[in-house]
Order: sequence, then structure tokens, then C-alpha cells
Amino acid sequence: MNLGLYITQQVINAIALGSLYALVAIGLSMIFGILRMANFAHGDMMMVGGFGTLVLQATGIGFGWAAVGGIAIGALCGVIVERVAYRPVRGSPEVTLLLTSFAVTYILENLGILIFTSSAHNFPLPDWMDNAFQFSDGQITFTQINILTVVLTAVALAGLGWFVTRTDLGLGMRAAAEDMGAAHLVGLDVNRLIIVAFAIASGFAGLGGVLWAAQSGVVSYSMGFTPLLKAFVAAIIGGFGSIAGALLGGYLLGALEILIVAFLPAEVSPYRDAIVFALLIAFLLFRPNGLLKRAQEVKL
Amino acid sequence: MGKPEPMPSRPTNTPERSPAQSGAKPLLEVSDLRVSYGAVTAIRGVSLSVAAGEVVALLGANGAGKSTMLRTISGLSRPRSGRISLGGEAIHRLPPARIVRLGIAHCPEGRRVFGSLSVAENLRLGAAARAERSGMAEDRERIYAMFPILRERMTQSAGTLSGGEQQMLALGRALMARPKVLLLDEPSLGLAPLLVQQIFRTLAELKAQGVTMLLVEQNINLALALADRAYVLRTGEVSLAGSAAELQADYEKVAAAYLGARP
Repeated sequence: MNLGLYITQQVINAIALGSLYALVAIGLSMIFGILRMANFAHGDMMMVGGFGTLVLQATGIGFGWAAVGGIAIGALCGVIVERVAYRPVRGSPEVTLLLTSFAVTYILENLGILIFTSSAHNFPLPDWMDNAFQFSDGQITFTQINILTVVLTAVALAGLGWFVTRTDLGLGMRAAAEDMGAAHLVGLDVNRLIIVAFAIASGFAGLGGVLWAAQSGVVSYSMGFTPLLKAFVAAIIGGFGSIAGALLGGYLLGALEILIVAFLPAEVSPYRDAIVFALLIAFLLFRPNGLLKRAQEVKL
Repeated sequence: MGKPEPMPSRPTNTPERSPAQSGAKPLLEVSDLRVSYGAVTAIRGVSLSVAAGEVVALLGANGAGKSTMLRTISGLSRPRSGRISLGGEAIHRLPPARIVRLGIAHCPEGRRVFGSLSVAENLRLGAAARAERSGMAEDRERIYAMFPILRERMTQSAGTLSGGEQQMLALGRALMARPKVLLLDEPSLGLAPLLVQQIFRTLAELKAQGVTMLLVEQNINLALALADRAYVLRTGEVSLAGSAAELQADYEKVAAAYLGARP
């Protein structure tokens, strides 16, 4: 087997997996940055995005539009959850926020079960997405979905990068994440910032959900659970509350998992998640601020 | 220092001096204000006023309620009772963003610049609440002319600035809102004497241009040199009020007001 091609394939796999983690982790970090809330319901926006796409696709509007609609439904769901569940408890102790987000998770997932039953649904893909490019007589395969994942994530990240560096709203979001009191003092409309943050975070999770479903071929009520946990690890590694940190953490985690599966002995692979969570514990013990987030320094 | 160009400030018909004494209607008026945090009452029935173009100092020991007063005017703390009005309009029930929009900018204690944002981005956010976006570039230019070091550090993140530079940025950010009233909380705190001088020279220039200010300051000499009038707060009450000249002439009275003896 051609080692160069093998490595190339694994790099693409790592970037694709890292992209998914990054998409979900960024939203978690954005919301934590502004509200100091670990939003456990964030993973459910993946489910909403996945099911939304599935339902819209059944109407025959084509996969692309169905996915756009599904992502939009995910974003809308995030905004509604903020308005209905989180705003009334805003500013409460962390425990209250955490329990509220657990409650939202239970409600959303049980709604998922009520509507779509608890069994996994097939996630049909159009032929143009189901392609794979084969090299070296089929030993090496690049799937279209992997490439699409990488490209769409890059586009979404570029858009987010533009938003948080070039627009008042985006700058305001970063400002509010850093110092909510000062954000009030310069007259930023904090409610509006929070709504926009939830829309973007949930839209990203929705996109992550569609791509996750496309990778795995199924949607189910609990599909957001594993990626959510991984996204938490990614966000904490990078520095919880930092968008750039979540991005870095997502890709590092993707690379680590692919490294374990592709390059370590096969006996190690089953311990992939154990290794990931051991890494989380190590970070929490030795570098709780993550890689990118500095401890607040006070200058006199 | 920059040339004395007119500062970004909404046109206020600035009368000659000390308009409060000439009986002009106050621009900012606080009457019988009470503020408490839980069981602790921080402000007990304070009334004060600031006329257009006037600089009023708020003095007092730590914990006297000075910062609470500014925070309540800005809408960050809610009064238990009393009234705050700007140009006759009650503002004490409004959210902070509305209060900024109506023309009160707060330059907070500890500067509170956004450290991960650049100097230019900090200034841009200072103007975020402004209704009219025109004139922003000119205002920014005036602030850079006031503090040339900020222009040099324009693209640097604010967290890398020195304390003095951060204070200049915090002041510039507040001015970008084109405030009718500028609230300043301890602008000299923790700065080297030379920088304190520079900041207060700038404040004097702003005053000359007719910017209305309510200044909280630990340094009594500096505050009274700049202000037209002053109030001394002690445990949440006004223990002494008068013109700056009067208070400057009678330090014993000011000291007594700090410590608690009623004049």
C-alpha cells in the first residue's frame, strides 16, 4: 500500500472529523462565553437539524434545500429555547442554568421520540453526495461526504470569522463574552447579542447534525449525545468560552482520534474514547483554562 | 497633546461658568435615591444635580457609595426608590443600553476595556449605541489626536496596553458615544503620577470644550482642581456639598465630612 496516500487519506479523515467537532464545540463555547452556561441541550440541535432535513427531503425539494431548511430549523429551535427556557433563569447560579439545560435536553429528546419513535431513521443521500474517489485499486477512498464536510465547515468558519471581526454585532458578542458589565456600559443590546449567538451556535450544530447524519447514514433522537460530549472535550482543551479555542480543540481532537485508530495497534482502538476523556481530565487538572484562554490579568 | 479641537459631544448650550449656581435647569438630576444590595443599603436618600457644561466631583472614602451612584445612573444597579432624570426625562427604570443611547456614557472603575479586541474595535464599540453613525471617523480622529499613542497601537489588542493607555482607551471609548454626560469612575486609579497628570490635562480640555462630567475620584486635590462643585458622600449619604473653590479653601471641613462630623 502506498504510505503517502494512506497518510493523505487519514489526514482528510482527521480534518473531516475535527470539522464536525469544531462545528459543535464553537457553539458550546460561544454560549458559555456569553452566558457562563454549559448548554447540554446544544447537541439536540444536531438532532433537530437532522430530522428537519429528513422531513423536508420527504417533501421532494431536493437534498440541498432540505439541508438548508434543516439547519435553519435548528437555528430557530436554539433561539426559541433561549427565549422560553434560558432567558427566565439568566443570571441565576450555574447549577440552575445547568439543570435547566438538562431539562431542555429531556424535553427535546422526548419530543424526538414522540414524533419519530426511538429507532434510528435512514438518512437518504442523493447520488451526487454518495460518491467516493478511489485510488490504488480501491485501497484508498476519499468519500464525497468527507470532502463536503471539510469544505462546508471552512465556509461556515470563514463566515463566522468575518462576522466576529467585521460587524458591530460580532464584535459586541466577543465584547460581551469578555466582560458583560462593560458591554452593558457601552450600550450594547445584550438581548439581541444573545439571540444572535444562539442562532449561530444552533445553526452550526444543525449543520454538524446534517453532516454527522450523512456520515453515519442515520438520524435518531440521541444522535447529538456523543458529538456533544466530544465537543465539550474539544471546547475545554481549547479554552472554554473562546471561539478560536473551540476550533483548535475540535481539530486536535479529530486528529487524535484518527491517530489512535489509524496508526496505533488495532488493540488500542476500542479505548479511543477512554483516551479522549483521560485527556480531558488531564487538561482539567493541569491546564483548566485550556490552550488559548489566558487567565484574566489585571494591569495597574 | 493634541490641539484643542472640539470634542465629540452633543451640542449643549454651554453657559459661562457654574450654571448650577446661576439657577439653570440641571441636565442630570438625582433625587432622594436609595440603592441597596440585599440587606446592605449602599445609598440612603442622596440628591445631586449636574448642569450642562458643569464638572461635578463625587468624593468620599471607600465604600461611601460613589461607584454605586454611577452604576445606578448607568442602569447597572436598580434604585429601591428615588428618581434619576436626564434633561427632565426619568431614566432610572431603563435598561443600560437605552441610557447610553439617551446620552450617558460611563467610563468604569478599573477601565474595563475589551482586552481581546483591538484598540480600534474598542473605539468602534463605544459608538455602537449611537443612533447616527455619521461623524464616527471624525470622532475617532479627534480621540487619536488627543491620545496619539492610541493611534500607534490601533491594531494591537487592548489587553496588551499599559494601564495608562487602557485608561485613555476607556475614556476614548466613552467619548465615542457622544455623551451628554460623561461619568468617570476613578480615572487616576493605579496610574503613575505622570499619566495621572496627562489624563487630568485631557479632562480639563474636555471641560473647556463644554463636556459635562460627573467624576468619582480618590485624589481630592485633583478632583477639586478640575470640578466646579463637589459632593462628599459618607456611608451612602451626602455629608458635604459646595463649590470646589469653597471646599479647596477648607480642607478641614472636607476631612471632617470624610470622617463623619456633620458640618
